[in-house]
Amino acid sequence: MGKKCVAMLLAGGQGSRLGVLTKNMAKPAVAFGGKYRIIDFPLSNCSNSGIDVVGVLTQYQPLELNSYIGNGMPWDLDRLTGGVFVLPPYMKGKSGTWYKGTANAIYQNMTFIQQYDPDYVLVLSGDHIYKMDYSAMIAMHEKKHADCTIAVYSVPWNEASRFGIMNTNEEGDIVEFEEKPANPKSNNASMGIYVFNWKDLKQYLIEDEENPESSNDFGKNIIPRMLAEGKHMVAYPFEGYWKDVGTIESLWEANMDLLQSPPAFNLYDSAWRIYARNPTLPPHYIAKTAEVSDSMVTEGCTVAGKVDHSILFSGATVEEGAIVENSVIMNGARICKGARIRRAIVSENAVVGPDSVVGGNGRIAVVGQETVLPEYSVVKPGEQIDMEVLAKREAKAEEDAK
Amino acid sequence: MKDVFGLIYTSDESDVRLRDLTRSRSIAAMPIGGRYRVIDVLLSNMVHSDITNVGLITQRNYHSLMDHLESGKAWDLNRKRDGLFILPPYVTRSNTGGYAGMLDAIRSNLGYVRRASQRYALISGSSTVFNTTFDDMMKKHMESGADITILYNVPGEGELFSDADRTYLKLDENNRVVDIEVSPHLHSYPNVSMDVYLMDKALLTYLVEISAAHYRTDFVRDVLINQLSELKVYAYKYEGYVSRIESIYSYYRLNMDLLNEEIRTPLLYRPNPVYTKVKDEVPARYEAGAKAVNSLVADGCIIEGTVENSVLFRGVRVGKGAVVKDCILMQSVEVQDGAQLSHVISDKNAFIKRDRRIVGQESYPVVIEKNAVI
Repeated sequence: MGKKCVAMLLAGGQGSRLGVLTKNMAKPAVAFGGKYRIIDFPLSNCSNSGIDVVGVLTQYQPLELNSYIGNGMPWDLDRLTGGVFVLPPYMKGKSGTWYKGTANAIYQNMTFIQQYDPDYVLVLSGDHIYKMDYSAMIAMHEKKHADCTIAVYSVPWNEASRFGIMNTNEEGDIVEFEEKPANPKSNNASMGIYVFNWKDLKQYLIEDEENPESSNDFGKNIIPRMLAEGKHMVAYPFEGYWKDVGTIESLWEANMDLLQSPPAFNLYDSAWRIYARNPTLPPHYIAKTAEVSDSMVTEGCTVAGKVDHSILFSGATVEEGAIVENSVIMNGARICKGARIRRAIVSENAVVGPDSVVGGNGRIAVVGQETVLPEYSVVKPGEQIDMEVLAKREAKAEEDAK
Repeated sequence: MKDVFGLIYTSDESDVRLRDLTRSRSIAAMPIGGRYRVIDVLLSNMVHSDITNVGLITQRNYHSLMDHLESGKAWDLNRKRDGLFILPPYVTRSNTGGYAGMLDAIRSNLGYVRRASQRYALISGSSTVFNTTFDDMMKKHMESGADITILYNVPGEGELFSDADRTYLKLDENNRVVDIEVSPHLHSYPNVSMDVYLMDKALLTYLVEISAAHYRTDFVRDVLINQLSELKVYAYKYEGYVSRIESIYSYYRLNMDLLNEEIRTPLLYRPNPVYTKVKDEVPARYEAGAKAVNSLVADGCIIEGTVENSVLFRGVRVGKGAVVKDCILMQSVEVQDGAQLSHVISDKNAFIKRDRRIVGQESYPVVIEKNAVI
């Protein structure tokens, strides 16, 4: 039952910088682009690249992800041999530990990988929006007889000090790795996408685990050690759209990128479809009173208000007289009549009460999942609100009234 | 409802009235409501009634259906036991290919019927669109002790007259069928059969065999009318929205009715969502300057012009300055800049070039055939 390549998708991150959006779900489960979730991008990339064994390593708030991935059917990953597997940490003998770091997460699932005895292991993260043919990266890894291939992306020089930077020689071999350097020598940022030879990786993981000093992380431990030992490390330059959606602002921006004309990120490529679990909703309905321009609207939406330069996700409703501008309205959210939404993210199934004002000029305002804002609520730019914040607010208002 | 299997008979009988739209597909495969096909609604009705064994008898033009249904996965009908069985025509000494009627079609597929492990058969035509579960009908069938129960409705004023082959039922106070009229010039009864019949499998097998032995091929004529006094035939009334795809006009009306929330919601998604094949289209895109009102728009559409009172299927493009009013545009129709369409039904992949004007009337919409370039 050997496979050429097994992909391991690190999806355990909390994504704490996404604030209330990741309170109840892991970052890869966060909705994106009208009908997708962040994890749809690496999963669709795997499927389109012909990789048919994918382990998804989950840890933080896995419920949403588990049910979303299910048997992998939407990505054509419900396969006879292989397919997609959700791999949470588990008890081994009398003990069991959480995933301590990215490398430890793979270490704990070595038996899973060994079942397929692959030539290569592809390590992916579930934090980015991009389309990439992993098979081309693996082909280069093979051709160059590399020990490890790391995908790199040319980031703007002024941002390079926020990334792990790979310094390469003329052949594209990595000679030095610097984590968040103050004075970067290159702008080749690691994309957190690695190809390893399984036999070598196994050894490194075992040795790394034995080292109590190690934080069991690919970027901090495994990669520097391989470099130090003079292994053949190759950079695979990736061109195209690649966006980290780890913060509220970047998530909002990446959504807005889809509205550029032509879009900065092309979802219309029929040869490289992005798949998603489909809730089977009817086409969206644009009512007599609606005004929609420069926006994306998907199945199940009902629009009776004004929507400009915004994205409405599956089943979202914008009532008559409501105004939505430069905003991201996620699955099932309802914007009641007279509400004004500007530069905001309204999360799944949230309700913005009548005549409320959310956001404005300035930083992005966020209304969390399932939050029900009463009428005339105000959410200021940069503010994040969910049921908990709302309860505190009300308690304080009561106290002030006394 | 576990003890029932479904049998759908896709006839081609109304084809002529649907002009070019049924040239390459049966009515069951007709696209409706922006992303569905007629068959989706029928299958979803059965699935929501816990019927997990469904046989689909196809005749001519069934490629489009096969392509759409695949393994039945989208309806949760790719099952280990039972599931969806597509039953295309086959030629043997006793089978000449085309079917002379529903009885004849079932006779050809008696093998499937005999193998079904369920006791009851729910037989359905394929040109009536409604959203329900059959649980109540089944309950009434048992209570009344009927041999056959027919699902019917009472069409509203506007839909009462039709030149299609409708079956009108006269009922007594217990809802027993006492007279039947098929496509009368002037009908005497307001109750119209919805082409859904529930009966014991053993009775079905018997009726099919005895009819075949007498060269009888049509279920309504040869069984229902002929044996109405011997069989206990009851009718069960359906109260919800019903559309019969029997003419271009009724097809047009159905799609326009779906713009009405009170019809759309119960017919397409609440409480029983209609399942359909998933195509992974990108959300619809409205460019700056787009103007859309009172329309259903599917994913994959790109709209730069004006769209009013229309149903747009997946991947339709409406160019700058183009105006689409009171239209049904099927998958991947492209309306170029400045073109104007009103009361048009366009089949898939049609291409309307710049500044063309096509005007139909509500009572007689213009039909553009598949892949046409205008």
